[in-house]
Amino acid sequence: MAIGHDAVLSEDDETTPLEYRHENDVLRIYGFWLFIATDLVLFGTLFATYVVLRANTAGGPSESQLFEVPIFTAETLILLTSSFTCGLATFQMHRKKHGWLSFWLVVTVLLGATFIGLELSEFITYATHGATMQRSAFLSAFFTLVGTHGIHVSMGILWMLSILYQLWRTGLNSTTARKVFVVGLYWHFLDVVWVFIFTVVYLTGVAH
Amino acid sequence: MTMYGFIRRSVQWMALLFCGLSTTGCSSNVLVFHPAGPVSRIEEHLIIMSIILVTIVVVPVILLLWYIVRTFRDTPNNPAPYEPEWSESRVLESIWWGIPIIIVAVLGFFTVKDTFALTRPPEKVTNPLTILVTSLDWKWMFQYPGQQVATVNYCEIPASRPVQFVLTSNAPMNSFWVPELGGQEYTMPGMAMRLWLQADQPGIYYGHGANFSGKGFAHMQFNVHAVKQTQFDAWVKHLKRTAPPLTMDGYHGLVRPSVVGQMSFSSYPPTIFRDMIMQEGGMYMKHDMTILGTAD
Amino acid sequence: MPGYDRHHPTPFFVSGDPMIYASDVLIALTLVGVVFVLTYFRRWRWLWEEWITTVDHKKIGIMYLLAALAMMFRGGVDSELMRTQLAFPNNHFLGAEHYDQIFTTHGTIMILFMAMPLIFAMMNIAVPLQIGARDVAFPYLNAISFWLFFFGAMLFNLSFVIGGSPDAGWVSYPPLTETPFDPGPGENFYLLALQISGIGSIATGINFLVTILKMRAPGMTLMRMPLFPWSVLSASVLIIFAFPALTIALALLLLDRLAGAHFFTMLQGGNPMMYVNLFWVWGHPEVYIVVLPAFGIFSEVFATFSRKRVFGYTSMVASLMTIAVISYFVWAHHFFTMGAGPGVNSFFAIASMCVGIPTGVKVFNWLFTMFKGRIRTSLPMLWAIGFIPNFAIGGATGIMLAAAPGDYQYHNSYFLIAHFHQVLIGGVVYGMLAGMYYWWPKMFGFILDERIGRWAFWLFNIGFYVCFMPQYQLGFMGMTRRVYIYPADMGWSTLNLISTVGAYLMGIAFVLIVVEILYSAVWGVRDTTGDPWDGRTLEWSLPSPAPHYNFAHVPVVTERDAWWGQKEARKKGEIQKETRPFQPIHMPRNSGRPFIMSLCFFIGGFGLVFEWYPLALVGLVGILTSLLMRSVERDTDYYIPVEEIQHIESNLGRA
Repeated sequence: MAIGHDAVLSEDDETTPLEYRHENDVLRIYGFWLFIATDLVLFGTLFATYVVLRANTAGGPSESQLFEVPIFTAETLILLTSSFTCGLATFQMHRKKHGWLSFWLVVTVLLGATFIGLELSEFITYATHGATMQRSAFLSAFFTLVGTHGIHVSMGILWMLSILYQLWRTGLNSTTARKVFVVGLYWHFLDVVWVFIFTVVYLTGVAH
Repeated sequence: MTMYGFIRRSVQWMALLFCGLSTTGCSSNVLVFHPAGPVSRIEEHLIIMSIILVTIVVVPVILLLWYIVRTFRDTPNNPAPYEPEWSESRVLESIWWGIPIIIVAVLGFFTVKDTFALTRPPEKVTNPLTILVTSLDWKWMFQYPGQQVATVNYCEIPASRPVQFVLTSNAPMNSFWVPELGGQEYTMPGMAMRLWLQADQPGIYYGHGANFSGKGFAHMQFNVHAVKQTQFDAWVKHLKRTAPPLTMDGYHGLVRPSVVGQMSFSSYPPTIFRDMIMQEGGMYMKHDMTILGTAD
Repeated sequence: MPGYDRHHPTPFFVSGDPMIYASDVLIALTLVGVVFVLTYFRRWRWLWEEWITTVDHKKIGIMYLLAALAMMFRGGVDSELMRTQLAFPNNHFLGAEHYDQIFTTHGTIMILFMAMPLIFAMMNIAVPLQIGARDVAFPYLNAISFWLFFFGAMLFNLSFVIGGSPDAGWVSYPPLTETPFDPGPGENFYLLALQISGIGSIATGINFLVTILKMRAPGMTLMRMPLFPWSVLSASVLIIFAFPALTIALALLLLDRLAGAHFFTMLQGGNPMMYVNLFWVWGHPEVYIVVLPAFGIFSEVFATFSRKRVFGYTSMVASLMTIAVISYFVWAHHFFTMGAGPGVNSFFAIASMCVGIPTGVKVFNWLFTMFKGRIRTSLPMLWAIGFIPNFAIGGATGIMLAAAPGDYQYHNSYFLIAHFHQVLIGGVVYGMLAGMYYWWPKMFGFILDERIGRWAFWLFNIGFYVCFMPQYQLGFMGMTRRVYIYPADMGWSTLNLISTVGAYLMGIAFVLIVVEILYSAVWGVRDTTGDPWDGRTLEWSLPSPAPHYNFAHVPVVTERDAWWGQKEARKKGEIQKETRPFQPIHMPRNSGRPFIMSLCFFIGGFGLVFEWYPLALVGLVGILTSLLMRSVERDTDYYIPVEEIQHIESNLGRA
């Protein structure tokens, strides 16, 4: 609700995307980009920690003993697909197709939930084999890095559900459009982080 | 009271204070300015040079401030020029971008030179003495791998011979500091760090832990006794004859938090230093392996 | 790894020390007093509607300022206690445990709960007014930031009476802070309090960066912006890129302590050096986060009280940005003695020295701002002038510390203590006090008393040198920091006693400032013009205090020092009266949710401190519910009608 110098920028200008028509919304999108920057530093720090501690297994299981190619490949494919469907949702939003927008958001949420389910089952498998967070510095770093991403995805799911509710209540307007756009940014960002987890943690890990 | 008066007074007062400080600066209590070995001498020279270099900027700044505040007061009949729009000068600004750059370049050059120099032994000798130092809660343990004796809270070194201290900790990290012989280095669990020191003359040098490690930290004082080589050999023989051995149980007792006085041991379990470092993270560090390799 | 057992049960309420009981009584009496006063004068509704729920940047700034002064008192009492203990050798005024807790809380409070809120206070009060905006970009988020800081500070201070204070130093290095060595909840208080207020700090960084980049008045290009917003811009960038590292360092240590993870433990592959690096990757930029806004304030004050343009504006901007960038490449100078190797130490040594270059440039530019000016030594200017010699010496010893081999001798000694107090007090505290005196009339409509203020300044300034100059020498004499007791035969006794006298002088000065504030509230000179200092920037074009919408008409800016320019033009009769009609003003609604949500953070944090997970869960659910409710909330803003603006402005004599 920024106190704009002129609160309405271009209400009727059809060439401006819906989410950019109020100064409030422009500021929020801008602010959200900065939030992503902070989150990027946060993940960067976790990656650095992981890289430093990855060999410190304290006699416990190592990366190559733990990671299973089919599981993390499946996780990767599902999350990449969800990013694509999320992109489709934003695309439909720009075409003002309310129904399609909601449909693709629901698909994204379902894919995200599947991803979380797979990740949880992966974690549980590790834990039942004695590879818990308390076992070694490597495992502490692994669970924290991948788990932090998982918590981010879970928050994203809750957020999308709340936006779906708001879309259903108030329809598509500049506010809900901005929210869809921002949650999309968030989702794509998580996808990028996952690509790094996929390469730095899993691929490098099994190659060792 | 005017501002001017206050400033004049505080300048005089500060000059007095500095005189006072500089006279104490010569007393033997000022350990950093009483170097007793080549390492601390290198550091003292760099410190003095850095003081001179920064003075080149600090003194003009304070004098300029004094002059400007005195001259350009907002009083009705002040004859000094007033140019409210004057706010740019290429020449002046180049001067004060330039001078600090030169100072940093000079100081930086000597800093780099000394930083590298201090990682090497102070003199080229074939047989430096090696002492393994462990900081414990809250005491210092010294092991002599060449002599197979150990001490707590004091260490004996031969004067005029480079000593290679290999530092670690079996407690929260600390820092090994003997100001008259040279600057400090951290003792950290799972790490083996090397610190070269050397004493010119026999003497007793004050040492203290420098990194806070808990309740008994303030009591982590130790003395470094520098003696002639022959006396050092006699001391080792004396220890071998009279002191008790350090057993594994005895070592675990030392690891437990306590404040103790000086102790001596005629022998110690030979691998405890290496084992402890390996167990607490040394096994993941190539760096530790190389240093431990030279220490045995 | 020492396997000894130190798990003795910790009592919930801290007990056993008469000083603690005395403070318990004082705290209880204060609380009763506050409740009584609020009830007696029927001020509860006022407190809730005017302050707790406010999203107005000016009121949030005032709350930051008051909280920071309270924390300065707490941290100051800590320091007086420490100096009393150290006044004499072999003194037994405080025991080791007590002393350890006090230096830990002193450092933590002064950096995170005094310096940070003090800069946030100045940012909030001045930045929107200086750039001609009606509030910050996200006023609701701004309120959340404040309340997160507030409850973080409360959680930290609670450890004084409940559970016990942290006692491992403000840097909180593991493995000393791991459970085997530090089993009590004190360390958890540290970790969670910093985490909660840290989230607020990140949000503030984002908020002000967007505000400054996107909400400047029309015509105010970046290079026409006053230097204080420039300094806040660079500090905000630093916050955004530095604070996440602290978030992670604290979170990982908390996982070690609560979940039994092994990031920084001695066994199972943990690596304590990782924490030290993460901490200082944040910790060094943090120093510049607090000092850069102070630089900005000095630039405003020197120009205003010399009645002259700031000298070398472009250089000033360039040096702010250079300092911000370099500050990311110097963190390892906090541990040259870790033995990282000569190459690494050389790099960080030279990078650290390089910070001195732009900083030196700023000092000369400030001097030449006064040169050929007309200097008035009003209180803000007095603190600014006092800052220069202080910072010159502090900066010089900083360069000395940057020379790595020299640092092997200074590190963790009183030389280091003297250095960073000289730059942090001389830089940040002097800067913020200058800012406080400068903007006080804008906040409250009256000027702080000049006579008491001068006494306070001279006592503080002299006390400062008496306190810290001897400490440089103590460092050379081999005295290390964080020792609670020292022997009589080291020659440290006289200098320590002198230093303690200086600390008392500074304490008296603080009391005088409080007296000054109370005195001026009743008898102070009222500021009826809105421009008591003959200012240069837009905040002085407004009445004091400014109406809640700040600008009835958004100003149009055509040059630097916009208000000075307008006044000059008016003197020449060039400027027309404002003819634009009033427009309805779009404003955010007040909300109690930032307070409630931060309270939930407090509850959750408290639960985690004592590992009462159900309580932590209650807090978490509260936080998520607050977020969700905000997301679906629609009635978040309103318009002030033209008639109301007309009414307010004519009451202020401006329409």
